[in-house]
Amino acid sequence: MVAVVLTIITAAEVAVAYVPALRPVLAYILITLSAAKFSLVVMYYMHLKFDSRIFSGVFLAPFSLALVVVVAMVLLFKLIPFI
Amino acid sequence: MSHAAAASSDHHYTSTGLNTFKLGFWTLIGSESLFFASLIATYMVYKGESVRGPFPSDVFNIPLTSVSTFVLLMSSLMMVLALAAVQRGDRKGSLLWLFMTALFGSIFLGFQAYEFTHFYHAGLTLGTNVFGSSFFILTGFHGAHVLIGVIWLLTLWVQALRGRLGPKDAITVEVAGLYWHFVDIVWIAIFTLVYLLE
Repeated sequence: MVAVVLTIITAAEVAVAYVPALRPVLAYILITLSAAKFSLVVMYYMHLKFDSRIFSGVFLAPFSLALVVVVAMVLLFKLIPFI
Repeated sequence: MSHAAAASSDHHYTSTGLNTFKLGFWTLIGSESLFFASLIATYMVYKGESVRGPFPSDVFNIPLTSVSTFVLLMSSLMMVLALAAVQRGDRKGSLLWLFMTALFGSIFLGFQAYEFTHFYHAGLTLGTNVFGSSFFILTGFHGAHVLIGVIWLLTLWVQALRGRLGPKDAITVEVAGLYWHFVDIVWIAIFTLVYLLE
């Protein structure tokens, strides 16, 4: 079931990328869909939903830091110079 | 690794009551997240900054990469089936799904090799421009991780073939599964941020 949902989301991502009308919001849509795929794989395939919360903490803490790093770098070099 | 896993599944528990091997591996996955985040961030920063081509739109083949993404996603499903087979002591199932996971991982690597070769012939190398260097470093490291995963899976397959991979060794396969799924989710991020957002 999870595999079916992942396949559908992947197909949706590719389809959305080819729709010109969605260009202004393409990044938000793709990131949202990817986040959904990521969550499904982590929670169900990697079993994090059913395992000890300590595993979740051990993974999510550095992962959150990783997200902050990516966002900070993009802001620093892509958006802030134009403000 | 199987020996350590067998020992850890029986005796090695942390003060939290969790398996040492599994807890350590989740820590590794956390650290690997930071590693790939730095490479992805670098790619994002250099995106659109190349002075000369080839540029991403000149070389990317989204339909082909979509197929390779699907292959890697399906390999994750097969990894789940492999773990389930090992946990219930199904030797034939273990052999089948471990092999299929490694096979699909190899197919993904084949797609990557084809893509890299195509890019090279189009004039894109590590030193061509910042797109080339950031792209090849990011996807090259990911490909190397996939290759390590395939080798790991094949060693588990050989152990299963020799009858040395039973339910008591399931923790080994579970940890291999964690690695494989992590490699998959990194590709989910790369496919979206590198290919689709182009």
